[in-house]
Amino acid sequence: MTDSPQTVRLIIDDREIAVPEGTTILAAARQAGIDIPVICHHQATTAQGNCRICVVDVNGRRLLQPACSVVCQDGMVVETRSERVVRSRRTILEMLSASVDLSEAPDIQSLLDDYQADTARFPEAARRRYPLYDDNPFYVRDYSKCVLCWRCVQMCGVDAQYTFALTLAGRGFHTHVSTAFEAPMLETVCVFCGQCVGVCPTNALKPKIEYSLEQGQFFDKRSE
Amino acid sequence: MPDATVTLDALLAPYVELQRDALLPALWEIQTAYGYISPLAVRAISRTLRIPEAEIYGVVSFYSMFHQEPTGQQVVHICTDPACGLKGADDLLRAACARLGIQPGETSPDGGHTIVRSSCLGLCEHAPAAQISRRGADVRSVAPVGDVDRLLAGDAGPRPTVIGGEVRVLLAGEQCQMLDEYGDYAALRHALQHLDPDRVISEVEKSGLVGRGGAAFPTGQKWRFTRQASEQPHYVVCNADESEPGTFKDRVLLETRPHLVLEGMALCAYAIGASKGYLFVRGEYPEAYRTLQDALAEAQAANLLGKRIMGSEFSFDIELRRSAGAYICGEETALFEAIEGKRGYPRMKPPFPTSQGLFGKPTAINNVETLCAVTGIVRYGADWFRQFGTEKSSGTKLVSVSGHVQRPGVYEIVPGLTLRRLLEEYCGGVTGTLQAVLMGGAAGTFLKPDEIDVRLTFEDLQAIGGTFGSGAVMVFNETVDLRDVLRRLARFFQHESCGKCFPCQLGTQRQLEIVERMDRPLSGDYERLRDIGLTMSEASLCGLGQTAAAAVLSALRKWPELVGTS
Repeated sequence: MTDSPQTVRLIIDDREIAVPEGTTILAAARQAGIDIPVICHHQATTAQGNCRICVVDVNGRRLLQPACSVVCQDGMVVETRSERVVRSRRTILEMLSASVDLSEAPDIQSLLDDYQADTARFPEAARRRYPLYDDNPFYVRDYSKCVLCWRCVQMCGVDAQYTFALTLAGRGFHTHVSTAFEAPMLETVCVFCGQCVGVCPTNALKPKIEYSLEQGQFFDKRSE
Repeated sequence: MPDATVTLDALLAPYVELQRDALLPALWEIQTAYGYISPLAVRAISRTLRIPEAEIYGVVSFYSMFHQEPTGQQVVHICTDPACGLKGADDLLRAACARLGIQPGETSPDGGHTIVRSSCLGLCEHAPAAQISRRGADVRSVAPVGDVDRLLAGDAGPRPTVIGGEVRVLLAGEQCQMLDEYGDYAALRHALQHLDPDRVISEVEKSGLVGRGGAAFPTGQKWRFTRQASEQPHYVVCNADESEPGTFKDRVLLETRPHLVLEGMALCAYAIGASKGYLFVRGEYPEAYRTLQDALAEAQAANLLGKRIMGSEFSFDIELRRSAGAYICGEETALFEAIEGKRGYPRMKPPFPTSQGLFGKPTAINNVETLCAVTGIVRYGADWFRQFGTEKSSGTKLVSVSGHVQRPGVYEIVPGLTLRRLLEEYCGGVTGTLQAVLMGGAAGTFLKPDEIDVRLTFEDLQAIGGTFGSGAVMVFNETVDLRDVLRRLARFFQHESCGKCFPCQLGTQRQLEIVERMDRPLSGDYERLRDIGLTMSEASLCGLGQTAAAAVLSALRKWPELVGTS
């Protein structure tokens, strides 16, 4: 049988790399020890290309390409840190830090340092502020910390749980993760599987016990 | 419930056996009957169509024309985008709100009216424009809005179509041509009798026709890719979600030549091997939607659509879908998602629609005007089509002219005509002194008065860094504050970004904030706008984000003093 995948050869940052056909640029780069940053990407969820932090220059094309989902092709020439790649990543990070509370997102914090992002770049910018939802015994939801990576919605839906308690609601800058009509979690179909909490990159979703301890509250499992 | 005579069960009875792609029509039933979509209604739809409640809520909250809270008996949508802005839309909005003692977005205490600020309604030649949804009845356009009294009384009044130009290939007259006047589908009959599908495609390829929705992709090539795709079935989709501010030529085609559109779809279906098509029309075009419903019924009754068309082996039918207020759904993959009953998010490409489009199947999706142009090509041949225009811009082209000209309207032109002649001869001249022309709509670029000798072709406009796009021509005289225009454009994109990818979701908001303070810019605003614009242009996921800064960037290049360089 000749079912073994074809090999494709490409150049990433001046290095020749050979990978099996179907490999994404992100996977190929990681394999070669080249770091491409990500925010929304997660091995458990379907890549949607939302955050665009992983964009790279491919063959000098006008549009930058998301490394998480673009598949390597023979003869491709990829630059992972060209001037415009860096400008895009830095600008996205600056706009994000002007909108969202990133204080509990250590991975994004280190990206801010790496790209010398000026977190005060956008004065007078509207921030996304939402009330904290403390509406169930298992986890709290603080969407002021949500970067809209979509992972929780994907896990709740067809990427894992098929529960569909969560959706994206609204549009544009005001998009937010929501239940149907913002109903409290106990009134939804949520089964408290915890998979959403497990994939949240910014602590917007946090176990209640952790939250309670941070608040200096005594947490008694029996009283909940 | 506001109207006890119409129960949810009765409204949803026709939907019982249907699938998720019936979600948009079901939501329209509820919205029309009750004026809003309540949690109870969402629960009922969830049970009927077997879609999770949260996902239905997500869809409802995506569209501007669906309401989650009770509304007044009449919901009045008032457009405040650039063309209407020039004609006093802000005053109109203020006056209507003042009369009722409410703010935009609120409902009058007597429950009579809800006033909503709206994105472009595609009635730019009749500015200022509004639209009225009366509970239990169809949506109606009101343009031009005479005065607040008549608007609030729901007095729509006549809205004569304004058409001009040197040729009449796509356009016919100002009256709507129904089947008795349009006649038999002669091009389709000709194809069924004399041309095999491959010949139809090669004729379209030879004609040089490129898509008229703005992206200018070669139509024949798109059809060939779709025909060659091995997956079955294949679909035809007509993109009638014309939502680019300043563009209304598709509306005029839909309202006056519905059968030309349907025949174009049938020809495409024959060429690519499809038996089912969808026509997706924007929610803001209620008159066009009703005209299409009538035309579709006529064509089906005359066996011009349906099974074994005109006695041939070819069967093809069309379903209409009505959007509900979302510019992004004009993006082809977002449009598929919308038909499928999901939030109108654009998909990553590849895969392209020709291999994985609607319902994941090979799909040829074409703009209204593109499909209309095909009919002539099939009937009279590629050489006939090429007698109009240039090598790279063949065929006639519709342009939508709005703003400061004597006769705003839709003009059918032969590419090669200069912008100057269009404005001065066809449109009766600029009112006042010309200051700027915005070509290609909100996603387009500005031209200065010394650039209007440019020939209106894709290649000539591209050569000077301009945009032909969908053919929108918005004219501004010396009285216009260009900062005000930029504010309206930035607000449009901030309102219409779907929010999927970070550059556009964040960039449209940041761009608006900076454009809003252009009169008193902060140090570094020029660089901020440039970085936001370049990031959106280069890193966004879809065409909306990639062009959301186009007009602002072009204005900064031409009038850097607008924001002050630091």
